[in-house]
Amino acid sequence: MYSPIQPMHIPDGFLSTLVSIVFWAISAGAVAYALRRVGKDLGERQVPLMGVLAAAIFAGQMLNFSVTGGTSGHLLGAALATILLGPWAAVIVLTSVVSIQAFLFQDGGLLALGANLFNMAVVGVTVSYFVHTSVQKLARGKSWGVFVGGFAAAWLSIVIASLACALELALSGTSPANIAVPAMGGIHMLIGLGEGLITVGALAFLYAARRDLLHLGKAAPKGGAAIWTFGLGIAALLAVLSPLASAHPDGLEWVAEQKGFLETARAPLYNLIPDYVFPGISNEALATIVAGIIGMLIVFGVALGVAYLRRNKKA
Amino acid sequence: MHVHFLDPYRPRTSPVHAADARLKFVLVVAFILTTSLTPVAAWPVYVLLFALVLSVEILSGLGVGFVLKRASLALPFVLAALPVIFTVEGKTLFSFPLGSWTLTASAEGLARFVSVALKSWLSVQAAILLASSTPFPKLLQAMRAVGIPRLLVAMFGLMWRYLFVLVDEALRLMRARAARSGQSGEAGHRPALSVAKGSGGSVAWRARVTGGMAGNLFLRAFERSDRIYMAMLARGYDGEVRALPLTPMNGAAWGILMAGLALFGLLLSFGVLFWG
Amino acid sequence: MHHSIEVEHLSFSYPDSHPALEDVSLRIAPGEKVALVGPNGAGKSTLILHLNGILTGQGQVTVCGLEVVEKNFSRVRAAVGLVFQNPDDQLFSPTVYEDVAFGPLYQGLPPDEVERRVTSALAAVRMSDYARRVSHHLSNGEKKRIAIATVLSMRPEVLVLDEPTAGLDPRARRTLIHLLRDLPLTMLVSTHDMALVRELFPRVVIMDEGRIVADGLTDELLADAALLEAHGLEKP
Repeated sequence: MYSPIQPMHIPDGFLSTLVSIVFWAISAGAVAYALRRVGKDLGERQVPLMGVLAAAIFAGQMLNFSVTGGTSGHLLGAALATILLGPWAAVIVLTSVVSIQAFLFQDGGLLALGANLFNMAVVGVTVSYFVHTSVQKLARGKSWGVFVGGFAAAWLSIVIASLACALELALSGTSPANIAVPAMGGIHMLIGLGEGLITVGALAFLYAARRDLLHLGKAAPKGGAAIWTFGLGIAALLAVLSPLASAHPDGLEWVAEQKGFLETARAPLYNLIPDYVFPGISNEALATIVAGIIGMLIVFGVALGVAYLRRNKKA
Repeated sequence: MHVHFLDPYRPRTSPVHAADARLKFVLVVAFILTTSLTPVAAWPVYVLLFALVLSVEILSGLGVGFVLKRASLALPFVLAALPVIFTVEGKTLFSFPLGSWTLTASAEGLARFVSVALKSWLSVQAAILLASSTPFPKLLQAMRAVGIPRLLVAMFGLMWRYLFVLVDEALRLMRARAARSGQSGEAGHRPALSVAKGSGGSVAWRARVTGGMAGNLFLRAFERSDRIYMAMLARGYDGEVRALPLTPMNGAAWGILMAGLALFGLLLSFGVLFWG
Repeated sequence: MHHSIEVEHLSFSYPDSHPALEDVSLRIAPGEKVALVGPNGAGKSTLILHLNGILTGQGQVTVCGLEVVEKNFSRVRAAVGLVFQNPDDQLFSPTVYEDVAFGPLYQGLPPDEVERRVTSALAAVRMSDYARRVSHHLSNGEKKRIAIATVLSMRPEVLVLDEPTAGLDPRARRTLIHLLRDLPLTMLVSTHDMALVRELFPRVVIMDEGRIVADGLTDELLADAALLEAHGLEKP
């Protein structure tokens, strides 16, 4: 079996349908826009270049190293992809990696894919871009800017993506914010160190072997200022929201309470029916038992059908 | 050496395997959407949904054990939802002290937790069915049919094609490194892929070595992409993504699609009506 | 009657190194089977990449009557089928069928014609059952033959192969040789495999350090031990 499920890939069932759909819409928009921009940057060679690099990131994610006896650190690759390919291509590349992980290995759900893409391909890349370009500007072109920027970009991209993840869980009412945010954030501050170190290692290798691949001193891509601001905005928003959300245990319910939604919750239909059809068994339990019986009949029916057909084929 | 553990497809003769990939894709997504929309504590609906997915598992010839085993790998994430048992207000089930706090479990909280676990477990089984019964090239066609941009689908295809090649390269890099560091197997996760603790050096050193391998992998990927681009040019590539048109889905498949969607709709209405 | 390949005084340097091709002139008539040999770094692969416009140098290159300039690239690339050394680089589609269909598809052919081309190309390399297979499950020899099929489906006039027998076990090599022998196309093959040269190619061109140092009948040139040794070649 492929590697164990990674902590930032949210499976299906954990996000409310509303949250899933909203983030699908946001991610779809971001990816569509990135697709258009990549065409202008890379031109004809975009398909082979991004495709093979996506495979490299995927394969790179399988390289791991043990941090302590049991746990291991490994690479997400958002920062590395951003530094090597620029933000637009990195969004597409990460989208491919995360999508294929979901489709082939169930590493992250299909409905939740929108949110996962948002966290890793959008937030991860924009934060990486913002941090790396800022640090490089600070370093004024000196080589330490590449490595410090790389480490910072990698670490922050992981941490902030995990905060987005925690907030999505909280908004869905699956995990109270005051636990999810510190837990996710805390774990990923540690995981982020591994990401940072691997990123620096990779940058060091490439700096020595093919410096030209590192986009150094290259003029900022068109719209660079926009991404830079967007990245800053995202980071700031999440940084501010997270402690706020932590103070309010059950994100959605807190919001609901404020707006008085809870008062207007409809009474479920079955309460209109007398509570006990059979003495001692509630309607709900009865319905569940009936469903169980129907379900078993369906399953046995199919199993018998399959077995019968197989025997017939052998005959 | 071929890395086959990366390919979830298991060929079998079954109606599920033979079914049109587009049909399966849409039904699986609809199923996952249905479980997502099913209200908390609508147990009969969850039971029926489970019966449905179990039937398809049996029909597919993949084996119920196979699917359930792979589904259990997603289980650890359920811990993220555990606190909800104690934070949702409602009828108290039990409580116990933890340090200076008292944790109170509520029936509603427990119902919410179990519902989340069920939704997740059912969804992942459906996704496994899709991936294990459909060859990836067919899945790509389904994505195209559903409206995912051709450029992205072309990229997915290239990525999948070279995944095996690059993972092979990554494995070779790691084995070469292991050979040089005089390492002999370690316990724990797959040895062939790790720079192990016992190989000496600090965490930082080990991370840097791993990073160097990642960099090497990326460099080879860059150079390979150049060669692939030349091969594409040599066969007339002009930058535009083209693909052969798909044969339309046949009537039987459409029938099954409608029936499936109707069934999900029915179950969902049942659930929303009584537990919404 | 035009020459299939006509290279006139071609010179080329890579951006950061010394000249890779210096004043290369070569003429290959339709139907000829020519081997290109020489030590590594002689410029064989570089020359090959000029034949379909992937690289452009100074001088003139004409294939099948078409000048190799940008406006002719798509026709040139259909006329000259280039098979690269590493089949993994050439098989980039998810399935064999899609790879062999790539060329005809980009030639703008309708789907049923594409289907016909794929079927006949796979038959020509004797791999008709492999259409639905996935490339990475194939052996090296199988991949090389599929790579040739991906080019044959474009119905080229000239087939250019870079190291076709490299990395093949004796049986796969023998199969490939039979294949090449039976293809009725003009052929230029760059190779280190001198036994292959002697068996299949009546004419051989020797390159060294970016220049053509000899061009003539295989029987004659391969008998010249001094010539072979001077350019790092082994007598078969």
